[in-house]
Amino acid sequence: MRRKVIFEHKLLPYLLLAPQLAITLVFFIWPSVQAMWMSLLREDMFGLSSTFVGLENYVRVLSDPGYVAAVRRTVVFSVAVALLALLPALLLAVMVDKLTRRVATYRVILVLPYAIAPAIAGVLWLFMFNPSVGIVAAGIRGLGFAWNPKLDGQDAMILVILASAWKQISYNFLFFLAGLQAIPKSLLEAAAIDGAGEWRRFRTIVLPLLSPVTFFLVTVNVVYAFFDTFGVIHAVTQGGPAKATEVLVYKAWYDGIIATDFGISSAQSVILMAVVIALTAIQFRFIDRKVTY
Amino acid sequence: MQALTDRPNRLALAIVWIGIAIVAFPLWITFTASTLTPQEIARGELLLPGGQGFETYSTILLEGARTSRMASPPVAGMMWNSLVMALVIALGKIAISILSAYAVVFFSFPGRMIFFWTIFITLMLPVEVRIVPTYQVVADLGMINSFAGLTIPLIASATATLLFRQFFLTIPDELVEAAKVDGAGPMRFFWDMVLPLSRTNIAALFVIMFIYGWNQYLWPLLITTSASMDTIVIGITKMIGGGDALTDWNAVMATTFLAILPPALVVLIMQRQFVKGLVDIEK
Repeated sequence: MRRKVIFEHKLLPYLLLAPQLAITLVFFIWPSVQAMWMSLLREDMFGLSSTFVGLENYVRVLSDPGYVAAVRRTVVFSVAVALLALLPALLLAVMVDKLTRRVATYRVILVLPYAIAPAIAGVLWLFMFNPSVGIVAAGIRGLGFAWNPKLDGQDAMILVILASAWKQISYNFLFFLAGLQAIPKSLLEAAAIDGAGEWRRFRTIVLPLLSPVTFFLVTVNVVYAFFDTFGVIHAVTQGGPAKATEVLVYKAWYDGIIATDFGISSAQSVILMAVVIALTAIQFRFIDRKVTY
Repeated sequence: MQALTDRPNRLALAIVWIGIAIVAFPLWITFTASTLTPQEIARGELLLPGGQGFETYSTILLEGARTSRMASPPVAGMMWNSLVMALVIALGKIAISILSAYAVVFFSFPGRMIFFWTIFITLMLPVEVRIVPTYQVVADLGMINSFAGLTIPLIASATATLLFRQFFLTIPDELVEAAKVDGAGPMRFFWDMVLPLSRTNIAALFVIMFIYGWNQYLWPLLITTSASMDTIVIGITKMIGGGDALTDWNAVMATTFLAILPPALVVLIMQRQFVKGLVDIEK
């Protein structure tokens, strides 16, 4: 789509675009091309010279049991975070939508975690679930369960999942609420007059009409769980104990920056790039469809 | 009818209050812990605030936290770093995105679509998928441990450009026509018409991008190594250390509270623009 009436100027549009393009080329496009190139190289022990090794880094990454374990872990983590961030958000949005008074107040309180950094959300949950001083950890132990995310990998995973999902509920809640408010009330009233109960109206009218929002949120939440939760994991568990919470982005960062294995880290980066491109493509295909009907 | 609607409303209200409790409880505990002594925290007396608050806050702000493992720099400095980073990123993103959207929408020139797609592609290239080479570019440019390195590489924004483009397409042709008849050039039209009309979009983007900038994690972790450049979010995780009994939780929680306050205030004060803007931007 383009405008009919435009300005004529030879140089000006390029000047206006220059800052954005310069930053994009230098800090986005160039490093991404570099990542692809570096994923085909292997550095010697001292980092002095590098040789072209073709796809060998990819073979090494994909045949590494540690990487395969990280893939599996990332899938479990992402599905859990997305579900725990979406379902409570939908429930809360449906309930807030039913209320008539103080809706704005409830909404703004429920939206607050959006303002909190993932790493900070991690710190809040670490404090509550900390085995030595945590108020919730004391409660769990009081119920007779063992709880120690410092030593037990499963406990650590539960902790980073809860912290990551907690932070994301706000975002999903806002979108579900906007989606619900867009549903014409007359439709629900008509169904009610026809004798459809509340659950039936939700299942046959509300849920289908919310499906575009839901689909959009699923992809956004998967991207969030894959990429934006680095801060939670770095702040709370450092990928531990014994790599129990090392997800793909954390591993790519660790192998590149801490272990300085650039070829291996770059190959992991390129694999992650493919994941983002696929997710973005899915999301935009869906938006295209929405525009055409 | 009244009786019919009242009953489900009571259930809805109960569920909403449970949701609010889940959101508010961690924040309340953060606040109370920041006002207690480490001994009180260790005894688990967390539900009510204590009397230690003023001392803890003034110490960490001006001198920094003195934990058993390390001494952190003053938190006031960290907040300053975070504030500069958040403001430069938010205003920078808005400025360069509104200009590039203006170029793409109001002009016709060779390469227009190529440039547009180049900007668009950045959506698919978050820092997380190009960690090592991006670090190297910043290092080669001598921007490690500087505000320039912390902010400039994050200022490109496909989302903001797309939002402004979307909005510019709705500006009626008659307005542009009238401006041209009156002899206004493109920059005059930008300043007098486009910029004032974009106020709502700018406000919404400011909230979202301020939060984005303030909450950055992986980027400052890569680009800064000196403690004087720590943002508050990075500073907190350094204070935690092992997260065990030796952590000075009152100092950590006071710092955490200060890290949450500015972005939370921005959301509270600008909630209307923020809620509308967030839903619009992602559409």
